[in-house]
Amino acid sequence: MKPLDRILLAHGGGGTLSGALIRELFLPAFDNPTLATLSDAAVFSLPPGRMAFTTDSYVVTPRFFPGGDIGTLAVAGTVNDLAVSGAVPRFLSCAFILEEGLPLDDLRRVVGSMARTAAQADVQLVTGDTKVVERGGADGIFITTAGVGELRTLPEGWGTPLPGDRVLINGPVGDHGFAVLAAREGLVFDTPLLSDCAPLNGLIDTLFDAGVQVRFLRDATRGGLAAVLNEMAAGHDWGVALQAGAIPISPAARSLGEILGIDPLFVANEGKVVAVIAAADAADALASMRSHPLGRGAAIIGIIEPGLHGLVTLDTDVGGRRILDMPLGEQLPRIC
Amino acid sequence: MRYVDEFRDRAAAAGLLQQIGRVDLREPVTFMEVCGSHTMAISRFGIRSLLPETVRLVSGPGCPVCVTPISNIDHAIALAGLPHVILATFGDLIRVPGSASSLERERAAGADVRVVYSTLDALALARRDADRQVVFLGVGFETTAPTVAAALLEADATGLTNFSVLSDHKVMPPPMRALMEAPEVDVRGFLCPGHVSAIIGADAYRFLADEYGASCVVAGFEPLDILHAILLLMEQAAHGTAEVENAYGRAVTAEGNVAAQAILARAFTPVDAEWRGFGMIPASGLRIRSEFEHLDAARRFDVLIPEGRDHPACRCPDVLRGVVTPPECPLFARACTPADPVGACMVSTEGTCAAYYRYERRGHERGDAQEVE
Repeated sequence: MKPLDRILLAHGGGGTLSGALIRELFLPAFDNPTLATLSDAAVFSLPPGRMAFTTDSYVVTPRFFPGGDIGTLAVAGTVNDLAVSGAVPRFLSCAFILEEGLPLDDLRRVVGSMARTAAQADVQLVTGDTKVVERGGADGIFITTAGVGELRTLPEGWGTPLPGDRVLINGPVGDHGFAVLAAREGLVFDTPLLSDCAPLNGLIDTLFDAGVQVRFLRDATRGGLAAVLNEMAAGHDWGVALQAGAIPISPAARSLGEILGIDPLFVANEGKVVAVIAAADAADALASMRSHPLGRGAAIIGIIEPGLHGLVTLDTDVGGRRILDMPLGEQLPRIC
Repeated sequence: MRYVDEFRDRAAAAGLLQQIGRVDLREPVTFMEVCGSHTMAISRFGIRSLLPETVRLVSGPGCPVCVTPISNIDHAIALAGLPHVILATFGDLIRVPGSASSLERERAAGADVRVVYSTLDALALARRDADRQVVFLGVGFETTAPTVAAALLEADATGLTNFSVLSDHKVMPPPMRALMEAPEVDVRGFLCPGHVSAIIGADAYRFLADEYGASCVVAGFEPLDILHAILLLMEQAAHGTAEVENAYGRAVTAEGNVAAQAILARAFTPVDAEWRGFGMIPASGLRIRSEFEHLDAARRFDVLIPEGRDHPACRCPDVLRGVVTPPECPLFARACTPADPVGACMVSTEGTCAAYYRYERRGHERGDAQEVE
């Protein structure tokens, strides 16, 4: 018989094949002593103090896309949720749901991406689980990760943006969603559109280390920049006034957005953080972001403005002002 | 982005706005844009906030989804309920409320409703699934209708027996005439639709200038296109003239796209049609010619269509004639929001209410699901 090249139901059955998958694939990739004990639960120590704990599931299709894959996403996404909460991410769990027939090479590639991203984020994958469902029961590979991090000492005023504060972003928006869409629909462009998928905890460390008054952080994932800012402003007397011309958008994302009628400000990112910084510290915050490889394209894009009653507004290229609303779920194609 | 950035240039816009500011209008004027894409662009670029107070822009019946009467949606829902039918249509239409349901809700309940990007996708569906009847719900103006005409001709030529079209296509000039005839409508000039004009040509509006003294300027969709067209309309108003001018020369000619007109004429014949907000307008619809009646879903399938009823407080009909602006409707941003629309003008991405809600709502108009009876 030729060597096994696909996932069988038996890989999730707890027997010989399950053991082989763990020993030959997961252990070497995620290489750390906590995981190596293979006990029912990871046992570790953390310094006393407050913790942050989060979980997220990843079901992206296609599972490989320019700039990343479902593995990169599964680690970076959970790391980013911890980091924007003001925590230093430490330990992650991961649970796989695999579809019978998944090429083993695909799983190897995904696990490799997870290991690389974990190393980049300086976190350890310390416990995990694998289930296999019959063909048709899932779409290739689903991953759930959970993460624990230590809450850092947060600056005064953390959590409450104030009128006059500046809004920053660490680079161009929309690339991830468009890259996935382009991969899904088989669209080809002269300029490659890469997902921005990356762990942001290093960049966020840099920002806190700069000693600036960080008031609010959020990763601009589903619903894009528009959703994050609308959620942040909802229920407040103030709102967010953005300058359209200041928001970084790559030429490829702008073009694709125009063609498809999809606003890049509504499109998901996986490596972008929105930071609200006290006005006096905005320039320093921008400089510290730009000093980090993931913040080279950082920009100040707007201001917290009183009297907007929870709205996000956009001052357009031609000088008009309009609302930037919450995206409405599914993006529908135009009909004329 | 080349050929787009040039038409969004801030300095050029400032220049146009300066010229706009210098036009001496003795009294306030109202101009109407009759294209949903114009409504959207005006809102999206914040153009209303840049104009002098003497200029009022109102929206007309230019969103095809919005002017589709509720009975046509009910008809499509009835067809989607037939067991062997795949109902294919554009994305905007599936959320439009009919009398009791929407295509989106019917899909969730098990009907086979597919969103397609083009009529050709619907043809491909029919070819792939020979055992099913594919019904394409065609809604749109002169811009989209030629593509449906082409699909009809191709289905006929290739002898495709499981494809048909429920045609609710409409043409633009007749409702513009109806607006001019309506006493409650006070419009000095039209921002004429760029894409429709690419098909029918700028000369198609001549009657509005000659018979009704309405200025007509064909405009593109970028902010500079629109500002330029508004400037021309204002100058005509200031000089007391009524002309047809073409400010979208890079896409529109005087006579239009003759090949598209020919294909339209081969597949369709004019018919009186119902418009939401207007009622019946003579010769404003496109009916599939009788030689292609085997491809006409309205004639091919016999279904019971419930009598349509719009929400009594919904002011879509007045919005579509430019008689009121969306915030004047009691349902706007309260009972009627894009997430839970009452009227069609809130559903379509090109609908006037959707444009106002998305881009020009004020802080307290937040759609807090408060009921208005």
